[in-house]
Amino acid sequence: MNWLIAVIQTSLFAALAPLLAGWIKWCKCRLQNRKAPSLFQPYRDLIKLTNKQPVVAEQASWLFTIAPYIVFSATVLAASIVPLIAVDLPTSASADVIVMVGFFAFARFFLALAGLDIGTAFGGMGSSREMTISSLAEPAMLMAIFTLTMTASTTNLSVAISHVLNDGLVLRPSFVFALFALIIVAIAETGRVPVDNPATHLELTMIHEAMILEYSGRHLALIEWASQLKLMLYGVLIANIFFPWGIAETFSAKALGYGLLAIFGKLTVLAILLAVSETLLAKMRLFRVQEYLGFAYLLGVLGLLSYIILEASR
Amino acid sequence: MTIEQQDFYTQTILSLAALVGLTSFLMLGQGRLLRLIFVFAVQGLLLTLTTALAAYSLNNPHLYISAVLNLVLKVIFIPWMLRREVIQMNTHRDIEALNNNTMVMLGGASLMVFSYYVLHPIVQTTSPVMLNALALSLSVVLLGMLLMISHRQAVAHVVGFMSIENGLFFAAIVATKGMPMVVELGVAFDVLVAAVLFGIFFFHIRTSIDSLDVDLLNKLHEVDK
Repeated sequence: MNWLIAVIQTSLFAALAPLLAGWIKWCKCRLQNRKAPSLFQPYRDLIKLTNKQPVVAEQASWLFTIAPYIVFSATVLAASIVPLIAVDLPTSASADVIVMVGFFAFARFFLALAGLDIGTAFGGMGSSREMTISSLAEPAMLMAIFTLTMTASTTNLSVAISHVLNDGLVLRPSFVFALFALIIVAIAETGRVPVDNPATHLELTMIHEAMILEYSGRHLALIEWASQLKLMLYGVLIANIFFPWGIAETFSAKALGYGLLAIFGKLTVLAILLAVSETLLAKMRLFRVQEYLGFAYLLGVLGLLSYIILEASR
Repeated sequence: MTIEQQDFYTQTILSLAALVGLTSFLMLGQGRLLRLIFVFAVQGLLLTLTTALAAYSLNNPHLYISAVLNLVLKVIFIPWMLRREVIQMNTHRDIEALNNNTMVMLGGASLMVFSYYVLHPIVQTTSPVMLNALALSLSVVLLGMLLMISHRQAVAHVVGFMSIENGLFFAAIVATKGMPMVVELGVAFDVLVAAVLFGIFFFHIRTSIDSLDVDLLNKLHEVDK
């Protein structure tokens, strides 16, 4: 039964990710006075891409064709660790947050290799940029997450979330810092404005798009889906760690329904915030990204510090 | 005593303290003057909230007056005046190239650790909340000084100076549960007078060296560095 719910939760993750992407796009279009595409446009795009024949360059090795599958499955596995509508699921009990970061790193490694594999200038450039950014973003993310794990004294996400939930409404200064740090890292890692622009195909500014420039057909569909999933994953992380109220603690139909409604509400609000910030901000120069991520790291450190100093029992 | 056992007032004060510290860091890394002034106003707003909260929970009505004064002066008047001056002097489009921004930020983080370290002996004689609030206000003071050292624009120096005052004000509110009214009024008007005087000084600096970049003052040296 528990495994069944875990499988359902993970498939919900995968199924809802394009909807979230569509919703963000819808909000952005409305904010910029444009006519918005339907909320289901990402699904249509994915289906269209899946039906198309993939074109693979002659020089491509097996790595190029296998990378989309690896990226997608690693992201789905990472998604299975994060509690979406219920805590205490067997999948989230079996792996902790460091494994999740590991899955992300694994997916990114293969994506970067695939970018290099074809040997085009853009692929290599995109890969090197992606690795630069991720090497700065990962420590900051771990710092932010360690703040949570120190509060709950466990690295298991589901246990940590139920710990936060059981404490009730406690204002923790360390969580303020960790929240900001995680938001900044999430923006950098999912390739949103101001670090990267997901809608651009302008040669010199793209990062994620440069790596996947050579992909087409179902390979492209998988990669796009994986990146939508990653965006949703970060959204769920932020929503459920810092505002866990509403998540189901028992597996009754009512609790699960409330959990689903709650996460819908939280993600809707988060997506609106993201759309507003993307409309207000301009993309920053590549060489300013280290300052930006350095700030995230600093916030993470301050979160840890203020946990030790302000909150730990003495 | 862990944070779950504290009452709601304490938790809120601690969170506000953390946010005040955060705004100090935001100011430290800010290269644009208008945004710097905006963050300064946000810090003032957080202070106003703290004061109002203290007034409410300590049942100390004269703190409300102090909160209103704070709101009028540090959230509205001084930021508005600084903003006007920046726009008048046409420096609002300048981006200050902060040299070694990351180093300055990390230096700020270590200043924060330092202020906790310095104040740690106090924990024996007072509640942990007091220690935290005091340590945070000390670090806001130190961060204000660091802001003045690391920025070159005179306007940024003024903002740094004012944020030092913010740190002291925060300490006073939390530690003494509200100073006597006379002292608060005196401080508030001092700040006001200081802001006006700084405005005059801006014009003087500008007419004498044709810029607000205080590094250019080094040119007055006989020997070139």
